[in-house]
Amino acid sequence: MLDGLTWDLVALQLFTGLALGAVYVLLAVGLSLIFGMLTVVNFAHGAFYLVGAYVGYEVLTLGGSFWLSLAVVPAAVGLLGLAVERVLIRPLYGRSVDDPLLLTFGLGYVITELVRIAFGKSGLPFDTPDALQGAADIGIGFFPLYRLFVMAVTAAVLLALWVALERTRFGLIIRAGARDPVIVRVLGVDVATVWLAVFGIGTAIAGLAGLMAAPLQGVAPEMGSTILAEAFVVTVVGGMGSLAGAVAAGLVVGVVVSMTSLVAPEMAKVSIFALMAVVLLVRPQGFFGRAGLMSG
Amino acid sequence: MVDEAASDAVGRRAVLTAAAGALAFAATPFGVRSARAQERPIRIGFPTPLTGPYGAEAQNQVAAAQLAVAQFNEAGGLAGRQAELLVRDDKLNPGEAATRTLELIESEKVDFIVGGLSASVQLAVNNITRERKVLFNSISQSDVINEAKDFSRYTFHEALNPHMTAGAVGRYAFGRFGKRVVYLTADYAYGHEMVRGFQAVGDAMGVMTLADISHPIGTTDFSTLMPRIQALKPDILCLCNFGRDQQIAVKQAADFGLKRNIKIITPILVHTARVAGGPAAFEGVVGGTSYYWGLESTIPTAKSFNDAFRQRNGGRVPTDYGSMAYGGVRSVLAAVKAAGTADTERVVDALQALRYDFYKGPEYYRACDHQAVQSVFIITSKSKDMASPEDVFSVLSTEAPDELHLRSCAELGHA
Repeated sequence: MLDGLTWDLVALQLFTGLALGAVYVLLAVGLSLIFGMLTVVNFAHGAFYLVGAYVGYEVLTLGGSFWLSLAVVPAAVGLLGLAVERVLIRPLYGRSVDDPLLLTFGLGYVITELVRIAFGKSGLPFDTPDALQGAADIGIGFFPLYRLFVMAVTAAVLLALWVALERTRFGLIIRAGARDPVIVRVLGVDVATVWLAVFGIGTAIAGLAGLMAAPLQGVAPEMGSTILAEAFVVTVVGGMGSLAGAVAAGLVVGVVVSMTSLVAPEMAKVSIFALMAVVLLVRPQGFFGRAGLMSG
Repeated sequence: MVDEAASDAVGRRAVLTAAAGALAFAATPFGVRSARAQERPIRIGFPTPLTGPYGAEAQNQVAAAQLAVAQFNEAGGLAGRQAELLVRDDKLNPGEAATRTLELIESEKVDFIVGGLSASVQLAVNNITRERKVLFNSISQSDVINEAKDFSRYTFHEALNPHMTAGAVGRYAFGRFGKRVVYLTADYAYGHEMVRGFQAVGDAMGVMTLADISHPIGTTDFSTLMPRIQALKPDILCLCNFGRDQQIAVKQAADFGLKRNIKIITPILVHTARVAGGPAAFEGVVGGTSYYWGLESTIPTAKSFNDAFRQRNGGRVPTDYGSMAYGGVRSVLAAVKAAGTADTERVVDALQALRYDFYKGPEYYRACDHQAVQSVFIITSKSKDMASPEDVFSVLSTEAPDELHLRSCAELGHA
């Protein structure tokens, strides 16, 4: 079965896994950010991802470019996120984690159905931007330019997040608010606004992830629900609420899928869940998770 | 709820009054004769996946099936007796399809069932219809349904089956594009049946299978399979998957630069997948189909079918799977007309004897397994000079109807 297995092939396979992981990282980081700060298990994350892809499609059809949609999509989906937090999620703070979970679960269905009504049930084409078409020689073989671009965008988003959280006053408030919202409020900080902003940022990143995925697979109404399960696996493996965990787990899941594909491709999808089972058995809180977050 | 109950009561009262009137009327000698003209319509149950990933395909099927019914009625029906179509959503789920089919038979008292859009759904429907001796004409690809263990006198298969489709594409492609083949296969009955179909013709032509890589159905990222496919250096990459799986696989193979030295072929090149995938990704892909609307330039019945479809559907054209629905319903109604009755046993006999050309050239149902013997078209995706958004394929070749391209009756287990 594995005749012709060379080191170049293994290396390329590994790299493909990392590139695949980049999309997972982007999704899981948004999920983790929202859970870590707000303790909201956002089941509408896949729907925001879906909206991102369709907004990108609309920008293209209206004569805009892919580069324009790189700015428009996070802004539009982020705004949608702000509205959702302000109107639907805010009234549920202080209740058990189940309430926002069920709310976002339903919201995901509603958004998906609206997209279906507006754009039809069948998928729509989304071409790779001209400048990123084709493949580049990366030393171990040819690799699509666009996937390299996705890796770069993910790295840029992570860097920006890290700077914002670790090097700014805003970041300091967020980190403190996640630890102890009461004290932060006593210190005169408007925690509600901070949470609003965090939810907006999380959904904006989900929208960006959807846009990144569109040239890889086109756009279709079911793309949000398919990716949601995988995104949650990554978040759980990394540790709910941990950004470092989301990054590490995203890359690990990508590599596991890729290496499984090499030896037993039909098991690729199952391997994600097998990995989750193993991690949860050995380390129930995930790679970098804190124990007991869900019981809050 | 209150309103519903009230209208129910009204409905019941009206029905009772009408029934009493009808009884009194039927008792007179005059009533006996005219009751015949008042006979209930011929009812065709039509389970199809209106919701779910094949929803667009299913809508085209419904439009085409309704066209067949309308044409039958406009031509006077069965001595004035009209036909009607009862569409039900099977949600692409065998259990749901079985329940809906049972309802259609038991409560709606349909005379025939036509429909199905996946191998497992049509087999579930077939189990129900076979048990209750109701004629079922399947319009989705399957090899199993022709085999003796699933077959019954009441089972007909208007669609192509994987053996015919893969065979035709293999005969066309292997001699032209090369003999070293990698299969990328959706891991379910359809995918594996297609590979078997290719290998059946490939073996005789000295074709070498380098690898048969199966992927889970509903895969959205094929990137992790690409390095290995590249390393195997095949002449042909054969995609034995369907719908969105196929669309994404084609796109990502193009992204990885595979098309530079590998020809991509597929047993069924679907109209809707090509529209969703776009011309750039699909450029140069070769596949098979049971129907493409562009055949109207060479086949007169295709022209009249397309024209009638366009007229009723705002200028849209029928898709491949839509046309099978038309053929499936129309052939059953033609058999009703030939038999002069909607009685199942006599319609089955008439359908067996039918020689027809409704939309794609001559067809007939083979005696042993009721498979429609028909032509297979080899098409390729257009990437330029498209006259309209629906002008997506050009026809490369036609494989004429021939029982030699089917698995033999003995092979299928028919005595």
